[in-house]
Amino acid sequence: MKLLTVSPSPHIKGDESVKKIMYGVVLSLIPALIASTFFFGWQALMITAVSVTSCVLFEYLFQKIFLKGENTILDGSAIITGLLLAFNVPSSLPIWLVVLGALISIGVGKMSFGGLGQNLFNPVLVGRVFVLISYPVQMTSWTANSTVDAFSGATPLGLLKEGLKSGQSVSQLIPSLPSNLDLFYGSMTGSLGEISAMLLLLGGLYMLYKKIITWHIPVAVLGSMFVLQGILYLVNSELYINPLFHILSGGAMLGAIYMATDMVTSPMSPKGQLIYGTAIGIITICIRNFGAYPEGISFAILIMNGVVPLINNYVKPTRFGGKA
Amino acid sequence: MVLKTFKIGGIHPAENKLSANASIQALAIPKTVYIPMAQHIGAPATPLIKKGDMVKVGQMIGKASGFVSANIHSSVSGKVKKIDQILDSSGYKKDVVVIDVEGDEWEETIDRSAELVKEITMSQDEIKTRIAESGIVGLGGATFPTHIKLSPPPGNSAEVLIINAVECEPYLTADHQIMLEKGEEIMIGVSILMKGIGVDKAIIGIENNKKDAIAYFKKLAKGYQGIEITPLKVQYPQGGEKQLIAATIGKEVPSGALPIAIGAVVNNVATAYAVYEAVQKNKPLFERIVTVTGKSVAKPCNLLVRGGTPVNDLIEAAGGLPEDTGKVISGGPMMGKAIVNLEVPSAKGTSGILIMQDTESAREKMDACIRCAKCVKVCPMGIEPYLLMSLSEKSMWEKSENCNVMDCIECGSCSFTCPSNRPLLDFIRLGKGTVGQIIRNRKS
Repeated sequence: MKLLTVSPSPHIKGDESVKKIMYGVVLSLIPALIASTFFFGWQALMITAVSVTSCVLFEYLFQKIFLKGENTILDGSAIITGLLLAFNVPSSLPIWLVVLGALISIGVGKMSFGGLGQNLFNPVLVGRVFVLISYPVQMTSWTANSTVDAFSGATPLGLLKEGLKSGQSVSQLIPSLPSNLDLFYGSMTGSLGEISAMLLLLGGLYMLYKKIITWHIPVAVLGSMFVLQGILYLVNSELYINPLFHILSGGAMLGAIYMATDMVTSPMSPKGQLIYGTAIGIITICIRNFGAYPEGISFAILIMNGVVPLINNYVKPTRFGGKA
Repeated sequence: MVLKTFKIGGIHPAENKLSANASIQALAIPKTVYIPMAQHIGAPATPLIKKGDMVKVGQMIGKASGFVSANIHSSVSGKVKKIDQILDSSGYKKDVVVIDVEGDEWEETIDRSAELVKEITMSQDEIKTRIAESGIVGLGGATFPTHIKLSPPPGNSAEVLIINAVECEPYLTADHQIMLEKGEEIMIGVSILMKGIGVDKAIIGIENNKKDAIAYFKKLAKGYQGIEITPLKVQYPQGGEKQLIAATIGKEVPSGALPIAIGAVVNNVATAYAVYEAVQKNKPLFERIVTVTGKSVAKPCNLLVRGGTPVNDLIEAAGGLPEDTGKVISGGPMMGKAIVNLEVPSAKGTSGILIMQDTESAREKMDACIRCAKCVKVCPMGIEPYLLMSLSEKSMWEKSENCNVMDCIECGSCSFTCPSNRPLLDFIRLGKGTVGQIIRNRKS
């Protein structure tokens, strides 16, 4: 007789898989990718293709040469890294810098820790921040969005920061800034993936529906940004712009929905995720208003990535039976 | 209407109730039965018979041998062939009494009529004694001796009896079917349990995928004092004792405590039926309803099975072992045990025999943990499976204890959900076993 399989329970398995999650994320990014192609032209698609290809290639090479493990490029995580890296850079970035960013993202940010699931910091942001600090000129040269001629050269947050530094007040600057509605649809200058809050939200809703992410982190990030900026706005609306502007501009949406929610580098318990998200929002608003950079969510997320193990250690899920 | 359920964690696996509404069929008595002396949690019973003895149906053949133990009764009449050791569903060799069946002669004391006996004449103490004598154990699968539950430890008092009619395991339908066919008997059984425990309130929790049973019991409940029917949202593991209490009365049993600590006593619906038979009909527990099911099984069914019948006989009654069988499970797919051969005898805790196809039987390849936190989200005890697994891997038992490893109810929701196919529960069991031993050593 044929032998029976004997194994411990459970004997059935849900239909979740790493691939399903990863390709779900990829799918949710497609609308935003189409939008960035629409706004920035083929250059955007080109950067995305180069970024994805180099991330996958570097993952393959690092796996083969250094980790000597099983080939993991098909799990989809390198594709996400590539997509999101492209979304975090301007469309005019030289191709070789995209490749360098991919090398740092995958090589330093991910594979040096041991590959998928092991890295402490968000690989995309490791690569992005490396390129931003090393090549600030290239990383802040913005091509005009095809639908807005007026604002070539600077992002809304950049314009705001420069304007305030030169002594102008918010009400003087407002006419030269895109309206909140423009920001929502994507009529502004910025990185590939930053530009359409609406489509990023759509992608986020899809991921929520597919249970890839939970609401905790995005809501905590955007909520705390809104509240803190709201307080500043109420204190002095000539120095601090309205909170909606901050949520809709720059990488706030991209950061809150896609970068901060990276499973590997965010806390495990819902309470921990709320703390983490709130801290990211607060740090972002502080950097944007009081720091040297017009944009700060990348730094905020990386800082909080470093705190995640501590959060996991101290903030536990609600235990059944009330014991802490 | 918003249905009640438990608040922390939970999953909803495909229900696959293939044998739903298949009426209960009595399985033919086999030629030989193998009655295990350990059909319950606790010490195995001590055999009272020897080779060559003649026994009747319902005759006590094994005596409870300790505080946590239960009597065993013969399920057939015939001649004791030998007392042997064979592999049972636990996978270990255990004592069994092998009886060659001759006829079907029952103890005269058992009332075999179909007449419904409604009036409860026994006193509280008599009920407790009868339940203990009849070898009744929890039939939901945990097989904890029922008479112990009826006597709360000093300092605790019972307030409410909760009847577990959830049957949250996919595939299983034995409890569902017994409810549809033996509703009155169950209600009387519940009333007997209430009297035995000394409470005037009982809640029967039924998951909403059994709408016919809910409607039927709501109707029946009108004729009984103090019994309430609570429909519950379908969610696994609602049949877990602590989850069911949380779902029905909204109270959480503290970590490490028994349900009685918050005044609750939980019994399975099939146990209530066994209690009816024992108290009103003087029939000890030697047979039960078993679901035989699986995607390739020709006739998924609910069988009335005499204890000690080899699993093979049950499978034959359901149309034989399918060609593509890969695994045979005693119990449901979430918490059941894979059995090692088909000669394993059925026992008091055998709620189902699930036959899985080749393709469903093997585990998938394990990937790296991507820290998606899904295991944390689904854990009904609010503990952290991913963490407990790595603590087990690293033998960090002290930290594992501090992270409440002993709270795990082994429901398997974490392993079920893990997108990386990580054997979370396997490692948590290792942690529970080791930490449990450490705690026992510390106490002694």
